[in-house]
Amino acid sequence: MKSDPGLYGYLPWDRRPEIRWPDGARVAVWVAPNIEFYELDPPVNPQRKPWPRPVPDVTGYATRDYGNRVGHLRMMRVLDQFGIRGSVSLSTAMLTHHPEIIDLVLERDWELFSHGIYNTRYTYGLSEDQEREMIADAMQRISDYSGQHCDGYLAPALSHSEHTIDLFAEAGGTYTCDLFHDDQPTPVITRSGKRFVSVPYSLELNDTIVYVVNKIEPRRYGEMICRAFDRLYAEGERSGTVLCLPLHAYQVGHPHRLAAFQRALDYVCSHHGVWLATGREIARHYLDHHYDDAVATIRRIEEEAA
Amino acid sequence: MSLDPKFLAYENLRHGMDHDRYAWSMLERREPIAWPRDAPLALWINVCVEHFPLNPQSQGFKAPGNMTMPYPDLRHYSLRDYGNRVGIFRILQALKRYGLKASFAVNGEVAERYPYLVQRLAETGSEFLAHGWNMDCAHASGMDEATERRWITDTLAVLGRLAGAPIRGWLGPARSQSQRTPELLAEAGLAWCADWINDDLPYAFRTGQGDLVNLPLSLELEDRFIIGDNLHSEVEYADQLIDAADFLLAEAHQRGGRLLALNIHPWVIGQPHRIGQLERVFEHLRGLAGQIWNASPSEIARAGLSPVTAAP
Repeated sequence: MKSDPGLYGYLPWDRRPEIRWPDGARVAVWVAPNIEFYELDPPVNPQRKPWPRPVPDVTGYATRDYGNRVGHLRMMRVLDQFGIRGSVSLSTAMLTHHPEIIDLVLERDWELFSHGIYNTRYTYGLSEDQEREMIADAMQRISDYSGQHCDGYLAPALSHSEHTIDLFAEAGGTYTCDLFHDDQPTPVITRSGKRFVSVPYSLELNDTIVYVVNKIEPRRYGEMICRAFDRLYAEGERSGTVLCLPLHAYQVGHPHRLAAFQRALDYVCSHHGVWLATGREIARHYLDHHYDDAVATIRRIEEEAA
Repeated sequence: MSLDPKFLAYENLRHGMDHDRYAWSMLERREPIAWPRDAPLALWINVCVEHFPLNPQSQGFKAPGNMTMPYPDLRHYSLRDYGNRVGIFRILQALKRYGLKASFAVNGEVAERYPYLVQRLAETGSEFLAHGWNMDCAHASGMDEATERRWITDTLAVLGRLAGAPIRGWLGPARSQSQRTPELLAEAGLAWCADWINDDLPYAFRTGQGDLVNLPLSLELEDRFIIGDNLHSEVEYADQLIDAADFLLAEAHQRGGRLLALNIHPWVIGQPHRIGQLERVFEHLRGLAGQIWNASPSEIARAGLSPVTAAP
């Protein structure tokens, strides 16, 4: 085991090359709906149980299923209202179980990226070959169904190995959502040396973390989004920032939550200088215009420290 | 290090669900539901009337609200019993004051211990649901079939005697089910259960003993969940229920009938500092009276069932 993942160099907030988003935007805003399938009775990973209760864990399973039966369309209508295209973190088993939802995604010209096969299949304990096979399988399922190349990865249930990001870069991926170290994209170091980036995917504003882990009230979540936006918008005058809203239809899609979220989006989208982007577009723009500067700056800072 | 190949095999990867209990169906792809009297929103208020034993055995798993301290955990035992002595009467008064109808999901052991209370509830003319034998009787796979069947039949027997009408609906303690619970419920003559919280409308639920209906009783809008688990204030609790009512009503006007299913616990919301916030919710609902069909759950299960959700 390592004491440092070794995935990125130190790049302090006050010594960065300026990031310029398209059309002079201050903030790149991207919304990442997780479209997930949780199995009722999966094989039990030796390091993590899928459900707290004995199978069938009715409340655990049905809570997630609510997103698929009820929540996604509700959430899509809200995003449609603001012209937001989602970047979908996809349990690729959904392409088989519930393709009707994926068709609604593709009609809207949203991005699909990989979130593994099922959110009840964890990376823990997989050999490197097994993980490589699972990553390639999920990417293939996305391209077979949608014709899209899978550019991004969020490991299933945020379960990782030491090789996860190396393997995804080698499989042809461009960006990861698995790192929470920054409010801007950053270069990611992988063993293949490929040009590969982290796109900020805020865990602190992830609806599941907000509602379930931190037990935040629905209206307060809306206020948190507005406050985060205000600060990133102000700082974005100097250099472009990123606001990511990771969502789950089984959380934000509830009737006591969605209106407060909608008001927050209304606030965000009422500003000029907001780039409503997808994960892929942010990664691509950064790789094309800012990646090399950032790598050079990190190297200079490391040389100074040495 | 590697895992058994079964971890990369996906045996239930197929169109629809990964089990056969109910059909895959998106709410908005169904024909819109019309409730009686053309009300856009159906309202189901359910009150859980519960007994938490002082000496829980916690077979299967420990349901929320059970004893947590070393025996004898008098503080949790008596705090739960508060609901049956005091809290329930505040709720009854609030329902009467705002002209609202509720159902009562009652543990069999409450009926056995406090027949007075069940008779008092029966006088309101409300529907009763069986809520398992007591809150230490979580139904879980692996438990003895005869015990599980006895919990169901004993509950129906004692509650049925006092209710004055046959019991048609079931809410498991903590919405628990074993692999065989649905079969046992159907075998016992029940028509519907409320445990699966995956929809905003009822749907058909398959068992080996004939179909049940599942009528989802929201967990996320429950007092115990919002106040007890999430530790939100009683004011926040009321705000969330009011936001949910307004949201569902607006959606119902555009997309067909919706259901607001509110589950409450006398030992939670019946406390003197909280009951006023429940009354604030009731006042809001009374203000929507012309647009709300406040009915019994069996009536709602009948009126809201869409044919496309028929089990696979």
